[in-house]
Amino acid sequence: MKTLQQLQEIRDKEKIRMSIRENTGECVLTTVKKSVLICGGTGCVSGSSKITRDEFKARLKDHNLENEIEVIFVGCFGLCAKGPIVIIYPEGTFYEHVFPKDVGEIVDTHLVGGQVVKRLENKEAYDDGRNKPLFETQFYKAQQRICLKNCGHIDPENIDEYIAMDGYLAYPKCVKEMTPEGVIDVIKASNLRGRGGGGFPTGRKWEVTAKAKGDQKYIVCNADEGDPGAFMDRSILEGDPHSVIESMMIAGYACGATMGYVYIRAEYPIAVQRLLMALHQAREYGILGKNAMGLGHEFDIEVRLGAGAFVCGESSALVTSIEGHRGEPRQKPPNLAVEGLWGKPTALNNVETLANIPQIILNGADWYSSIGSPGNTGTKVFALGGKIVNTGLVEIPMGTTLRTVIEDIGGGCMNGKKFKAAQTGGPSGGCIPAELIDTPIDFDSLTEIGSMMGSGGLIVMDEDNCMVDIAKFFLDFTVEESCGKCTPCRIGNKRLFEILTRISEGKGEMKDIDEMLELSEYIKRDSLCGLGKTAPNPVISTIQYFKDEFIAHIKDKKCPAGVCTALLQYIIDKEKCIGCTLCIRKCPVDAIKGELKKPETFEVIQEKCIKCGACEPACKFKAILKV
Amino acid sequence: MPTKASAKPKASTKSTKVKDINLKINNIDISVPAGTKIYDAARKAGFSIPTLCYLKGICNDGSCRICVVEVKGEKNLVTSCYAAVREGMEVFTTTQKVLKDRKITLELLLSDHKVDCPSCPRAGACELKTLSNQYGCDMNRYPGKKNEYQIDDSSGFLVRDNNRCILCRRCVHMCNKIQSVGVIGVNHRGFHTDIGQAFEAELKDSPCVACGLCINVCPVGALTEKDDTQKILDAIQDSSKHVIVGVAPAVRVALGEEFGHPIGTDVEGKMISSLKMLGFDKVFDVSMAADLTIMEEGTELLHRLHDEDAKLPMITSCSPGWVNFVEYYYPELLGHISSCKSPQQMFGAIMKTYYAEKFELDPKNIFVATIMPCIAKKTEILRGSQATADAQDVDAVITTRELARLIKKASIEFNKLPIGDWDNPLGVGSTAGLIFGTTGGVMEASLRTLSETINKKPLKDLDFKKVRGIEYIKEASVDLDEIGKLNVAVVHTLGEARKILEQIKEGKSEYHFIEVMACSGGCVGGGGQPIVCSDIINDNIDIPSARAKAMYSKDKKSGSRKSHENPIIQEVYREYLGEVGGDKAHKILHTKHKKRIRHP
Amino acid sequence: MSAFVDTVEQKEQLDAVLSDLKVVKGSLMIAMQKAQEIYGYLPKEIQERIAENLSFPLEKVYGIATFYSQFHIHKPGKYKVGICMGTACYVRGADLLLKRVEEITGILAGQTSENGLYTVEATRCIGCCGLAPLITVGEEVFGNINADDVNRIMENYKE
Repeated sequence: MKTLQQLQEIRDKEKIRMSIRENTGECVLTTVKKSVLICGGTGCVSGSSKITRDEFKARLKDHNLENEIEVIFVGCFGLCAKGPIVIIYPEGTFYEHVFPKDVGEIVDTHLVGGQVVKRLENKEAYDDGRNKPLFETQFYKAQQRICLKNCGHIDPENIDEYIAMDGYLAYPKCVKEMTPEGVIDVIKASNLRGRGGGGFPTGRKWEVTAKAKGDQKYIVCNADEGDPGAFMDRSILEGDPHSVIESMMIAGYACGATMGYVYIRAEYPIAVQRLLMALHQAREYGILGKNAMGLGHEFDIEVRLGAGAFVCGESSALVTSIEGHRGEPRQKPPNLAVEGLWGKPTALNNVETLANIPQIILNGADWYSSIGSPGNTGTKVFALGGKIVNTGLVEIPMGTTLRTVIEDIGGGCMNGKKFKAAQTGGPSGGCIPAELIDTPIDFDSLTEIGSMMGSGGLIVMDEDNCMVDIAKFFLDFTVEESCGKCTPCRIGNKRLFEILTRISEGKGEMKDIDEMLELSEYIKRDSLCGLGKTAPNPVISTIQYFKDEFIAHIKDKKCPAGVCTALLQYIIDKEKCIGCTLCIRKCPVDAIKGELKKPETFEVIQEKCIKCGACEPACKFKAILKV
Repeated sequence: MPTKASAKPKASTKSTKVKDINLKINNIDISVPAGTKIYDAARKAGFSIPTLCYLKGICNDGSCRICVVEVKGEKNLVTSCYAAVREGMEVFTTTQKVLKDRKITLELLLSDHKVDCPSCPRAGACELKTLSNQYGCDMNRYPGKKNEYQIDDSSGFLVRDNNRCILCRRCVHMCNKIQSVGVIGVNHRGFHTDIGQAFEAELKDSPCVACGLCINVCPVGALTEKDDTQKILDAIQDSSKHVIVGVAPAVRVALGEEFGHPIGTDVEGKMISSLKMLGFDKVFDVSMAADLTIMEEGTELLHRLHDEDAKLPMITSCSPGWVNFVEYYYPELLGHISSCKSPQQMFGAIMKTYYAEKFELDPKNIFVATIMPCIAKKTEILRGSQATADAQDVDAVITTRELARLIKKASIEFNKLPIGDWDNPLGVGSTAGLIFGTTGGVMEASLRTLSETINKKPLKDLDFKKVRGIEYIKEASVDLDEIGKLNVAVVHTLGEARKILEQIKEGKSEYHFIEVMACSGGCVGGGGQPIVCSDIINDNIDIPSARAKAMYSKDKKSGSRKSHENPIIQEVYREYLGEVGGDKAHKILHTKHKKRIRHP
Repeated sequence: MSAFVDTVEQKEQLDAVLSDLKVVKGSLMIAMQKAQEIYGYLPKEIQERIAENLSFPLEKVYGIATFYSQFHIHKPGKYKVGICMGTACYVRGADLLLKRVEEITGILAGQTSENGLYTVEATRCIGCCGLAPLITVGEEVFGNINADDVNRIMENYKE
């Protein structure tokens, strides 16, 4: 077991080694002269970054440079759109879209030859003949990284690097200098609110757990990140797993729990593996377990895997699932803090919430609450996705406007299309229309405009997205993921989905709009759990902001965005057609007729057409029109 | 479940007395103990709240959402069957919002329900139908896709039509929590959630013990008994058949409910008349066969007590659901089960042997029907060890509910019927046999006979109050000459019986003799008894006890309270069977139990 | 569908897992996950063995297996083709990819082809939103693709 003294020695030593990554452009007094940081987040790993890493190592070995140049597989840098990403320090060269085939060139030209490989360099990160520090680029400038502080900076598989970043300092500070109540007071004063979606004050949750009667108490980390389009929890676990472990230890001390569980999606194999490795290392260092760090307290963590059920993100369902049952929610109250896992008081926090804790302990509640706005303190991580240029992971102070996120950080819509709406809160959230782009992003403002923070997915939609279709997409998701226990969610959402389907097929009636709103309000009032209670939000908010699109589907039997296939027709512009018959050959159902070189004879037989769209790109003369 | 003190941090922990909470229900002031559910508080204030999933002591999932109420200050509606009262709370049970939402809930349920009310066997007692009617529902309000299921009528005792199921899960809790059988459960999820057996196996290929209690708690017609009334009608029509009917003890104290009588009314006389009007050739009381069981079982117990190698404790075998349970789940303990046939099977066996001989009838031409409070009895008649070579001991079983259906179908005006008498001979049982119909009754009848026959002096008090009542596990000790202290236990429901079996398995059981009945409260609460609306159950009315009370009061007044003194029984042994527990008695009145494969 | 057979090695692995888990609280799901790791799916024989060893009714195991989408009761195809249906992928046209995969394999999402080659699944967000839209074949991820790319990709998984 390592003593606090030994941990400090590791910290001091590693700090020097890692100072090379400070972007100072200088070599420091270590044997390591250069650091190659390769993104090891799921996105980049999917782009073969693991092979890229091995390739770097092999090539450097060929050049006998393996001791001078370290290759580090780090967590997500955030700018997934440019992935796989490689950054070389101390000069801070930012390479984008690096694949295994590119490694030879980078090694030979840059690492050996000292010349930057221009074709792979991120254009923005190079300015006036010098490398711009990463955090000065447009994507990072407006961000403030607290939860993601270590992501993309440290090797998540090396506990020493976490220690070097002041890791495992917060826990001893709590135990040595503070009472459990004192810890809770700091968290309360920081005004930290749960990042899983509900926004319940974390300190209060801990307080209730601490005060609840129980011979055993539990800390549960919710890493069942099910919101489609949200992946911050995964990235934190992949890039900085120790921060979550340390937070759970702190929570354990504050609440009087000796056991913790991390419930994580099985769809996140890399996160699971890094977390398990981190737990193993922490136990080896005597950081976890009995008498952790020799401070007289006990805490250990077990990992439980989800098995593909969105509803398990709901706290009572999650606990039920850990207990080994069908993950169905139960009635609340009693809340988990009173009666949770195996009937014992349980503090359940989401990954991102926990990732804030060590920083709050080390820097103080005042520091934290000065970020963001009162009542909505700190930062929030968002997963930017959809029709936006810079897809990726961003961390912004609460209260940053949607405009900043979409236009400045996100770089606007792809292909110069018009921004139409942003969806936050996943299937529980709503769509924010373009006219509300100046809304500050925080818990209360989003709720006010009919959306919600949710876990932090932010999906951008442009003029080509149909809002009826989007509402239908989310309802389809909820219907699929409903546990089926209570009537409003099981049947109500299904009926809501069926009405939307009818509208998207041109079979809707005007009264359907009111019918949907009534049913939605009912489902919100009467459902058993949070999943059901929020499921109609996408429907309500799309009707609120995009009612004319619904009316277009119902009255004009048209889908303005051209998405709802039942309302589409492909026709042939006889002016442009030259009668080449390419479309006839492409059509899988013989729905186009026409004689060679006789454009006037060309016609789409609507009764036969299945609207697969195969003909449209096939025509070289843009003579096939979608109307 | 009582909410814990920690739910309200300020609650005092000093006094053990539960604090009273003051609240308003529909503007009426009321005071109830802390921890009381809003539902119960409302009932106390005189307002009944509808429920479809909530069933006191069995199901409290809060899944149907029909019991929602409005609470001042709460944004969403509150589940009254689950939420506890709070000081100063103002509850409204019938606001426009509440009524509207309940109506939508019902209409949604109807939208995924096979609405075939006119032909549904549950039509009369369907809770969904009653509520839909009360709330003025439009069954076509939410047109959409319905789930479609195959009807499972593979078993000889129960029919499941999931097209009618509203997923209240009462049956699942009954099967899992109360009975610990767990043969049915919730499968799949979302809109496709359904109730069924593992791997969608048919019921006949599943280890269902056929207790039938799932039927009794079903609020709709998704679960019904397999209707065997036609078999009976066919037999009565067949002039070559001599049709005998035997009625189980518990039927007479429940049948009246089907004809508007209060729970616990004894309608024995009218019942006998109705059976005669239906055309049965003989109407007998199965209590008589219960007396036979006491004789045989008592003798078997004495043998076991004198035999060092014999398995003890000995456990009763009269409840077929229970016997099925041991055969499926504890085959290694089958040696503890008495080899006696149940009263029903003894009844049939005596009819096909002694009665046939006495009246010179070919057993093949005798049709024995029984009326039972029980679903598992339908499986019991198919067991081995029949008394005669070519005929079953019992040919058909119908439940109390099916009998009511028969009477109604025959347009018999039940309530106007005169008091009829059992046929003779073999018609009459002692009231020791009668109380077989309730938990503790077999044990009490047995103790009366064992005490008097062993101690050779009449008992001063025939009431063994320690084995009576609704408690799940009851214990008693009786001093017997030669034998010493006899430790007995009485258990009902399979979940509780499992605990006793686990004790035996661990070698920790100190009992000599145990009575087990599969159903809650014994046969009076059997799976074939009239369905009681959940509204009554949720009003804290103990139905099995109310029915049992009618039996005990009859027993109290009876002049024939001991099985061994029943003259008919004495005659049967004297004229036909010979020695009690002897070879002939064994051949006719005993059976073998064997292990069953759970998932073929 | 071929009948279930297990190797001695698989059986030993499962026995070891089950005997370890007997003392673990809430172990049923863990047992099912490990069993699926060993066998690739959870046929009746395996669910029965789990039920028997951990003293649960078989129906309880089956109820769990049919609740969570990651448990498979039928043997999956040699290639598991997943089309991510997360929001980011959907707004970038994931449904077109799904349609194409269904055309190529001749089966619908949730099905396994008769020749045992493919299982097609419309999966939940796998968190690679930067690569949207994408498909996965086994462990491989193919991102930023269109329907025609699907044909090209699937060429490599034909036998």
